[in-house]
Amino acid sequence: MKIYKLVVPIVILAMLLSACGGAQKPKDTEVNLYAWSEYIPQALLEGFTQKTGIKVNYDTYSSNEELMAKLQAGASGYDVIIPSDYTVTILTKQGLLEELDLSKIPNFKNIADDLKKPYFDPENKYSVPYQWGTAALAINTEKVTKPITKYAELWNPEFAQQIVVLDDEREVLGMVLMVLGYDRNTTDPKQLEEAKVKLLELMPNIRLFDSDSPKTALLAGEVSLGLVWNGEAAIAHGENPAIAYVCPEEGCSIWFDNLAIPKGAPHKEAAHFFIDYVLDPEASVLIAQEFPYSNPNAAALELMKTKYPDLYKTYMGYEATNPPKDWMARMHPVKDVGDATTLWDRVWTEVKGGQ
Amino acid sequence: MSNIQTGKPALTRFSLRKTLRENPTAQGLALISPTAIYLLLFMVLPMILVVLLSFMIRGPYGNVVYRVNIQNYARLADPLYIRILVFSLGVGAATTVFTILIGYPLAYFIARTPARQRSFLLFLILLPFWTNFIIRIYAWIMILRTEGFLNSVLLHMGVINVPLNILYTPTAVLIAMVYEFLPFMVLPLYTSLEKIENAQLEAAADLGARPWRTFLRVTLPLSVPGMIAGSILVFIPAMGMFVVPDLMGGAKTILIGNLIRNQFLVSRDWPFGAAASMLLLIITLVFTLLYTRKAGFGEELLV
Amino acid sequence: MSEKKPAFWLRVFAILAYAYIYFPILILIIFSFNTQKINVRWEGFTLHWYDVLFHDSNVLLAVRNTLMIACVSTLVATVIGTLAALALQRYRFPGYTAAESALYIPVIVPEVVMGISLLAFFVMVGLKLGLTTITLSHIAFNIPFVTLVVRARLHGFDKSIEEASMDLGANEMTTFWRVTLPTIMPGVLSGALLAFTLSLDDYVITYFTAGPGATTLPLRVFSMVRFAVTPEVNALSTLWVFTIFVVLLASQVIQRRQEHH
Repeated sequence: MKIYKLVVPIVILAMLLSACGGAQKPKDTEVNLYAWSEYIPQALLEGFTQKTGIKVNYDTYSSNEELMAKLQAGASGYDVIIPSDYTVTILTKQGLLEELDLSKIPNFKNIADDLKKPYFDPENKYSVPYQWGTAALAINTEKVTKPITKYAELWNPEFAQQIVVLDDEREVLGMVLMVLGYDRNTTDPKQLEEAKVKLLELMPNIRLFDSDSPKTALLAGEVSLGLVWNGEAAIAHGENPAIAYVCPEEGCSIWFDNLAIPKGAPHKEAAHFFIDYVLDPEASVLIAQEFPYSNPNAAALELMKTKYPDLYKTYMGYEATNPPKDWMARMHPVKDVGDATTLWDRVWTEVKGGQ
Repeated sequence: MSNIQTGKPALTRFSLRKTLRENPTAQGLALISPTAIYLLLFMVLPMILVVLLSFMIRGPYGNVVYRVNIQNYARLADPLYIRILVFSLGVGAATTVFTILIGYPLAYFIARTPARQRSFLLFLILLPFWTNFIIRIYAWIMILRTEGFLNSVLLHMGVINVPLNILYTPTAVLIAMVYEFLPFMVLPLYTSLEKIENAQLEAAADLGARPWRTFLRVTLPLSVPGMIAGSILVFIPAMGMFVVPDLMGGAKTILIGNLIRNQFLVSRDWPFGAAASMLLLIITLVFTLLYTRKAGFGEELLV
Repeated sequence: MSEKKPAFWLRVFAILAYAYIYFPILILIIFSFNTQKINVRWEGFTLHWYDVLFHDSNVLLAVRNTLMIACVSTLVATVIGTLAALALQRYRFPGYTAAESALYIPVIVPEVVMGISLLAFFVMVGLKLGLTTITLSHIAFNIPFVTLVVRARLHGFDKSIEEASMDLGANEMTTFWRVTLPTIMPGVLSGALLAFTLSLDDYVITYFTAGPGATTLPLRVFSMVRFAVTPEVNALSTLWVFTIFVVLLASQVIQRRQEHH
């Protein structure tokens, strides 16, 4: 009993002391990261642990919907997530995101100005940009010698069984809608019906649907062109420089991935530290080195210019990582269509189920 | 203290041991209880959640709105979904048929090798499945694609002039599906075949039956339980499979597995997905119970 | 079954069948030596990926988790499932049909649905997601497979040997251990083998019931699909298959030696 009399005050004292402790080093010893797979360099995580002593647990998902499914079902324990634009909208509406304390993320200033305050989070209350990119046409110019400028050309009979497209109803139907001149985020049943008919006409040309790794079909010679993510095109280009990336006249899609903190995160402080670290220019360059998406970090790009000129050249030289300014006018984000999601799903099912 | 005077039997304490020893029903219950309890907790209860979910509807953000209705089931009564269901049944059936065609002779072969070699041969069948699923399928893609192994070899040997178009067609899907489900057919078939006693076969031979007749009249019927078990283990999961059809078939068709997955992971219409699952569950459950009862599986009576 | 040598055509068929089973594995092994990171085309020979594998602590942790979960879930499921098979094949009791139906649920229900329902259940009950929840889920879907296979074995089981055993004075327990179990052992082992295989490669259910830090090999590999499933995964599978094959071969040899004594 005597020992207990000593222990309790010591413990309380220790707690008090630690609470008063330095503001720099966080109390958390680990942070749970839940993000896209193959999206955060191991070197970055290790650098973070070295700097702060906080261990990073990196769990992965392969789609926004998987992330949402887990969060909506009540899974907790994650501190940092990387939702895309429309996912931030949905999670915000459902109150599943914590508000960010931007004062704890001083590196936020490194983000390019035109990428701050996006349409889905105008005050950066819940998210800061991580990477961004596009989905457009990748063309193997060894097999397709004449230049392609419109999506409409995909319907050419000469491309029979030569096309790969993403297995993504918003991307593919959205592309068809743009070819028809409609809004790619439409909720109009008549327009969707038209898109369905048009897409069915394209089916003979589509060799496969693949959202995971369309570059494989391109590189293996199974297809000669396709609607793919910019990252896929960039990797393919790295293996075969003949692979070009084009945003056709009708337009293409643009996406933004962001760092956010889910509601009820157990290590909020560490989460803020982590996000701030990711926005550090050196860390951001690590991302650019490993994963070829578009980087919103202006300070990182400046750093690349001087310190990593080869990387800078590759990054700036290819449209997949560095889209030309004239593309911006015809790039449209994918927005949540609310209740019409059911309608879209129905159309997609009819296209694929009608075979 | 016994009651010798009254002649009535002494009031014995309820003995669990005795009951278990003597009462068959109690024995049965005791044996099934671990499974029953476990499945009740981790299968039935979660499934009840799914049943409840199927009567809700989707909210505007893909969340669940707790308002009971049968909207989802009404939606399912549509030719589009029936077509998808039927097509999936077809895939399951085709896979089952071919796994039997390939698996039966294989199981028969193993059952007839010397006893000490049998487990080795069985392990050999399962060993490939301890590699990773994705790279197994990728291997098939490498074999079957236009510039893949099969075409390269055949072209080189002059057997064909133009590469065969196998990948991203139903043929490729079938090849890979049968590949993935073969052990599920071979193992139960083997356990059934292995049990057939020499004595029975010899008796048939003694009575003048030629080998084929013995097979048809003795072996085949006795292996039916194995075929049933195998068919269930192949047909039902094959019907709900979508990863292999997507990877090998180019994701150009929607099977019931795709449909359900899409509801949960794309359109985020969980209630509808739950309803579709319920439909699948009921159909296959009815089918399975009928099939097993009719074919004599589970007809064994009491001890 | 008869130990007469199988017919010639049967042997040829078996060889072809095994070739069918192993050809992709051969490809898989060959491509573990490919220099190309995205492993689409053969570019050159290297042992680099084996080196990467040995230094990849994430993958090795995942392997350890996967094996642990597979062993535990197989053990539990085999024991419980065998008992269930005995119950269903030999007895009638109230709730028989319900029990039988419950056993078919994991076989029938799509994995996505099972995964999400288990997730919701665990969250509802307040169980923290992690290796435990994964294992619990694996046991749940393994039980029916064991039960089904053992039932196939039990069907037509000749009770007379059990009766003979009891007539000779053995009690139920002894009869069970010394007579029944050895006879159904091929079925039990087959069921166990099937369960182990299922657990090893499970993705969907594991995905939904995993928690922060609890990763298995399938989760790890599936997450690589987007970018590139590097030859490192092939290297891992190659080593695994090779090791087990060697162990099997060794046990066969040892068995033969024992028989000669």
